[in-house]
Amino acid sequence: MTGNGSEPLLEARNVVQEFVVRGHGGVKGGVVQAVSDVSLDVRAGETLGIVGETGSGKSTLARSLLQAPRPKSGSVTLRGTELVGLRGRALLEARRSMQMVFQDPFGSLDPKWRVQDIVEEPLIAYGVGSREERRTRVREVLDRVGLDADVFARRRPRQLSGGQAQRVAIARALTLDPALIICDEAVSSLDVLIQAQVLNLFEQLRDELGLSYLFIAHDLALVKQVSDRVAVMYLGKLAEIGPAEALYREPLHPYTVALLASIPSPDPTAPKTEADKAISGDPPSPIDPPSGCRFRTRCPRAQERCAVEEPPLRELRTEHAVACHFPVERSANGR
Amino acid sequence: MSEGTTPVEVDARVEDGSANGGALLELRDLRVDFRTGGRHVRAVDRLSYAISAGRTLALIGESGSGKTVSSRAVMGLLPPTATVSGSIRFEGQELVGLSDRQMRRLRGAGIAMVFQDPSRSLNPTMRVGAQVIEAVRTHSGLDRGAARRRAVELLTLVRLPLPEQRYHEYPHQLSGGMRQRVVVAIALASNPRLLIADEATTALDVTTQAQIMELLRDLQRQFGMALIMISHDLGLAASFADEVVVMYAGRAVEQAPTHTLFAHVRMPYTKALLEAIPRVERPPHARLPVVPGRPPDLAALPPGCPFEPRCPNRQDLCRESDPPLSEGEPGHRWACWFPCGQEGAE
Repeated sequence: MTGNGSEPLLEARNVVQEFVVRGHGGVKGGVVQAVSDVSLDVRAGETLGIVGETGSGKSTLARSLLQAPRPKSGSVTLRGTELVGLRGRALLEARRSMQMVFQDPFGSLDPKWRVQDIVEEPLIAYGVGSREERRTRVREVLDRVGLDADVFARRRPRQLSGGQAQRVAIARALTLDPALIICDEAVSSLDVLIQAQVLNLFEQLRDELGLSYLFIAHDLALVKQVSDRVAVMYLGKLAEIGPAEALYREPLHPYTVALLASIPSPDPTAPKTEADKAISGDPPSPIDPPSGCRFRTRCPRAQERCAVEEPPLRELRTEHAVACHFPVERSANGR
Repeated sequence: MSEGTTPVEVDARVEDGSANGGALLELRDLRVDFRTGGRHVRAVDRLSYAISAGRTLALIGESGSGKTVSSRAVMGLLPPTATVSGSIRFEGQELVGLSDRQMRRLRGAGIAMVFQDPSRSLNPTMRVGAQVIEAVRTHSGLDRGAARRRAVELLTLVRLPLPEQRYHEYPHQLSGGMRQRVVVAIALASNPRLLIADEATTALDVTTQAQIMELLRDLQRQFGMALIMISHDLGLAASFADEVVVMYAGRAVEQAPTHTLFAHVRMPYTKALLEAIPRVERPPHARLPVVPGRPPDLAALPPGCPFEPRCPNRQDLCRESDPPLSEGEPGHRWACWFPCGQEGAE
């Protein structure tokens, strides 16, 4: 899958992440296969979107890339440096150019700190610059994210609105001049008008700083708007990955088709969600995933082969790969 | 103009509702005021709407727009710091001024509410079945055995997979979607005529959201329930509501049957909400049309239109005078001096 387009900034190969769950009070214990053998690239200057339901492993994948915690197996290279296996200072240095922005800004900002201290902290942790230089940098990044340093630098998180707090979190992610920002549901808790403002900020930073993003969200339309390419995850595996336009216009995986059919349309005259395309039920437990294709228990196209043989991810169109024995080949989708 | 401390004078008061004889719930000029620590906040101002049995009304707006507070007023679930005035009629009975005890009786019997976070609505230490039974027995004189049968019936009705088995499980053993189904089952235990769903699908995945909305729609058809859906998502309203009320800074700023509203959005705020919805049709990296700023502080509202500071259509008049909600076209009300699509040239 490499060799196409610009060189990868981040390369993940066969990443596996598992957690041991102990059984309590009748709950079944076991090993949760949160991420199973996922390989993907993020290229310089591109935005890769990741979509999937709760429990699909998209957040766990992001954390595995950051080595927090380190994946059970597989390889993650950032600008050619292998991160898996690095420890302490070496790891800290190696992943400096990769920063994260989380869903709940108030949860990720220390309520007792002032905005300027929050934004300055990564610089101190990495021992960058003198106090003067650091303060200048703080003003610079606050300005970048659209916050007036004179007004906001001395505020504490509780004196901020949700949108402002998320801007502070973004400013903090920017202080070390990263190449890649991982956004995990970074706008999901914001009201729609504020969400649009923050999305535009992400796009503006992309233009101005040449940033790459790994953009994780459960909102498919939102991911489409920001992404060059999109990966669809299901129960810890990649179901489909491809250019955003192609994947949404002609999805190959029945799961992607179902996800797209579930989006409510902001046009009341549009046909309602079609019951035959939407899927029923919840995803099965990642402790005991179905044999063969993990989606087969909810798949309208499932056949015997799907229970026996796990479909590999294969490239059916240019840059557009799917893990399905019976992909949806026609462009018969309503959207 | 007045200084804008307390309510701004409204000249063109909307008189309506009389034609709506069949309304199950009717709000007239509802106001909710909070007074805490010297701050006076009017969280809901002059809200009027009516909803009939079997219909769906969507209350749309951002955080702090008053949609949840107004619904809590209907439920009688506001804290003692709140003052409610105006009229809330449910099946002809006036609710404003009822005692807590009277409200409690009515609430259980006629109106039920489903909240955003199902894990917070359920008791984590109680098995699912016991929680449904509790709700059933609170609202009926059924004995234990009959209540148990009714509980399983309700869990089946909300299409909880394997209800007999789930009955014995704890909330944490269920997925978010399944928990929300249990919450709906509990809400249905009283056979409500009105169900208020407060961001009931916001925390759920798109696939689960579609399933829960379908479920609510089916239940509504089956029992002729009225449904008030509170949401920030105009897209969801477009798909499921018969009528939409868009709220901003505590008031209704646009109100119309769904098809009318989406055919001709008049209030610039509604237009902004609609344009900010992420859409699959947009090409990657397209900039979104945004309105700057954020909703006003309800304790310090400007004398004019509360949306004026953010509005692309604003003119001097908007800063001076607060536009009333009036029926600009049949069935379509808006509160705007310079509505969209009416500037002369379309």
